[in-house]
Amino acid sequence: MNRTDIAIDIDRVVNRYDSVTALHDVSMDIREGEFFTLLGPSGCGKTTLLRCIAGFEDVTEGAIRLRGEDIAPLPPHKRPVNTVFQQYALFPHMTVLENVCFGLRRRGWTEMDAEGRAREVLDLVRLGDFAKRRPTQLSGGQQQRVALARSLAPNPEVLLLDEPLSALDLKLRQAVRVELKQIQRETGIAFVFVTHDQEEALTMSDRIAVMSEGYVQQIGTPRDIYEAPQNRFVADFIGETNLLDVEVSAVSGGMPDLTLPGGMALRCPAADSARAGRGHLSVRPERISVAAAAEDTLPATVVDHVYLGTDIHLHAKLSDGEPILVRIQNAESSAIPATGSMLGLRIEAGAARLLVD
Amino acid sequence: MAAPIDIRRFTGFRALTILCLVVLYAPLVIVAIYSFNDSTSITRWGGLSFKWYFDVFSGPEAPKFRAAAINSFTIALGAATCATTIATAAAVAMHRTGRFRGKTASLALINLPLMVPEIVTAVASLIFFISIGFKTGVMTIFIAHLVFCIPFAYLPISARMQSIPDSYEQAAMDLYATPWEAFRLVLLPLMVPGILSGFLLAFIISLDDFLITNFVKGAGIETLPTAIFGSVKQGVKPNIMAISTLLLGVSVVLVTLSWFVGRAGQSKR
Amino acid sequence: MAGAAPGGASRSEIYRGNGPRLMLPIWVFIGIFLVMPVVMMAVHSFLTKEFRGGVIWEFTFAAYDQFFFDRGLFGDEPPKIEWTYIGIFWRSIWQAGLATVFSLLIGFPTAWFIATRKPNVRPGWLFLITIPYWVNLLIRTVSMKFLIRDTGPLNEFLLWSGVISEPLSLVNTNFAVQLGLFYSYLPFMVLPVYAAVERYDFSLSEAAADLYSDNWTTLRLVILPVVKPGIVAGCILVFVPSLGAFLAPDLLGGAKTFMIGSLIEEQFKGAAGNWPFGAAAAMILLAIVLGVLLLHAHAQTRVER
Repeated sequence: MNRTDIAIDIDRVVNRYDSVTALHDVSMDIREGEFFTLLGPSGCGKTTLLRCIAGFEDVTEGAIRLRGEDIAPLPPHKRPVNTVFQQYALFPHMTVLENVCFGLRRRGWTEMDAEGRAREVLDLVRLGDFAKRRPTQLSGGQQQRVALARSLAPNPEVLLLDEPLSALDLKLRQAVRVELKQIQRETGIAFVFVTHDQEEALTMSDRIAVMSEGYVQQIGTPRDIYEAPQNRFVADFIGETNLLDVEVSAVSGGMPDLTLPGGMALRCPAADSARAGRGHLSVRPERISVAAAAEDTLPATVVDHVYLGTDIHLHAKLSDGEPILVRIQNAESSAIPATGSMLGLRIEAGAARLLVD
Repeated sequence: MAAPIDIRRFTGFRALTILCLVVLYAPLVIVAIYSFNDSTSITRWGGLSFKWYFDVFSGPEAPKFRAAAINSFTIALGAATCATTIATAAAVAMHRTGRFRGKTASLALINLPLMVPEIVTAVASLIFFISIGFKTGVMTIFIAHLVFCIPFAYLPISARMQSIPDSYEQAAMDLYATPWEAFRLVLLPLMVPGILSGFLLAFIISLDDFLITNFVKGAGIETLPTAIFGSVKQGVKPNIMAISTLLLGVSVVLVTLSWFVGRAGQSKR
Repeated sequence: MAGAAPGGASRSEIYRGNGPRLMLPIWVFIGIFLVMPVVMMAVHSFLTKEFRGGVIWEFTFAAYDQFFFDRGLFGDEPPKIEWTYIGIFWRSIWQAGLATVFSLLIGFPTAWFIATRKPNVRPGWLFLITIPYWVNLLIRTVSMKFLIRDTGPLNEFLLWSGVISEPLSLVNTNFAVQLGLFYSYLPFMVLPVYAAVERYDFSLSEAAADLYSDNWTTLRLVILPVVKPGIVAGCILVFVPSLGAFLAPDLLGGAKTFMIGSLIEEQFKGAAGNWPFGAAAAMILLAIVLGVLLLHAHAQTRVER
């Protein structure tokens, strides 16, 4: 496997500290110039994997190849990758300019060349006027941009970002997302971005690797991940979903025939490994429509509703007692069904997905 | 309306705090005041005068005190410098090198000088130096001081290092700094307040020591505390009060310096 | 992820592999110049004394025998318990214990008072408490002696104000020694107690007050048990150095207040010169101190489990 457009090839990497295994046989390719996100809850191994690439954690087994060369045995200072740290780790005893020059000087640039390059990068992040300030005199958003400039200055082959937005407040975070994506496109450097925030991952990434408990759960484009989750974890972790127990009678042509709790039959797309037997059907709350009870609908009883402004969440109960969440748009015409009333839920074939655990 | 009961207040605690401060400070303040007493009688006030300070620097005992002061400050400077260096290396080992064999034992060893009673250290050092045929003198005082200064230098240095996240050095290494460069260019500058504070404490501790010095000093060699002790055996004379006040001033200035350095370091981060 | 691990050591491995090398000076200096000396002192306590200081390299239990047993003037009588030295140790423990109790009685309220000040003034108060500790102990003890002498400022003030008509004879009393010890080591009590009180969650006191407890009852039933680790640490920090103290008993006390420190010192510096006996007494002192420290460490690990 030696495709030329692969920047980093992570090949069956295992990380173990004491008897705790943080990464189990993790493999993935990160392509040139792509915005690649490692997404997962805390403790899933995403930061460990990033630190393995940077050189701060040991690769117990496996290899990490940067453009074909195994970098796993190299110490951090010999790897041509740079990191934006979670709390930025800007050197407090140096000015912004000195911070940005640091890596260049270590790579043997002259003071003048380094300063020229540093100013160029500071302009890129719109901090040209702050070169002589100390990091502590800057706002959180500005510090974040200095950290970005500092790690971009040496022109790394890959840029690693460890939850760089988590220290910012919500408003700022949304603005920085756009900016970060723009800088990534301008520089053409592959970004490996770690986050636990699915919205961040969905809006910024070219591809996402969802991780959990040290395993890769799924790798794909944001749309793949959201609309075609491969397993329960991914479906549950990304967005909201209803997971219904279903009986699968047969699978033909990748499309299983299944029976819903109320007896309704459905034929829908499935995860690659779907087989006949019991299974879980994932249905996004916004892909269910409400109708009057009828032959081809799923009967449900309204338990409660939550008013959310643009949407209304209907909490309902299927005939076997299973809860189900339905999201309806708050349009002028939509009346809120009363608690206790019977409804018919309609699930389109393309909106549901059969999962294996 | 009755005032609500303050759960933090206990009647008398303020008075006891003031009593505590009075007990701590009264002897020092009184001696400092009496060192400016013109009268030879050390209890009658005979007017303000600096004559005992002149006596310290040019009186009959001046050469003895000068030699003792030179010994004291030279030893303190040397012992504090070495102890600070050793303690800094130990703190790096403790906080930045992960696990290694003997780490726990090393921490116990660093703190050992604080746990062994001073008189025991004094006796043990004397026996040791005599047995190995080491001539007691300035060198033996220096070595003994160096040993008990280590934990005092270590405490602020270690505390400071613990409060500096290693992500700074990681960032440096990520930006192509070798481990040594990461230490020299990033950790060491950030450690300055802790190191300075550790050095000053070690310096004061060395300057103050009487008991161990008295055992290992050898005949004819004096430091300020042993010289003072020798003099007060014959009674507290006013020139001793003057020299005590000077030494007291040095200690207070150094501790204050150490305190402000430490605080400046804290507020910077 | 560099979190703090137990024992105060961080898990950071940024200079991994250099630990033993960086720790080497500690092992060399403290190992050679403190551990070795203590070992040699232990050896010396089993050697035969030479008159006017020094030892003869002949193994004997004579020093310990002399400490615990009386065999008469010529050493031929059946052994009786020798109470002189045990008495000195017992008095030292008693004096150090009383000094510890006084330190706690004053130190706890002081620590509490400081910990309940506004956060920005607390460091100033603490600094005020610690300054005297950094002042030369000899100077402080001499100053105390000067203050409480029969014709010293304290007596003069009391005579002048009419509180007393005869000068109080304070020097050379047990009280003077306790005062000296208390004065020497008080900051050691205040600091750990303060650290414990500062971490104390005051909503516990509010909960107690809400459940009908008055302040003093809360102190007894809630506060003291919660801050007990700090109090125990403070007591040890005062008791241990008090036990082996030399300056306070030597300068403020007299023959009747002789303590361990002076007993040991006399064997090396005084005319009596008996090195093995001095080494044996130092060993016994060290054993008591290490015993106290180990007991404390043991109790602490049991609490942590």
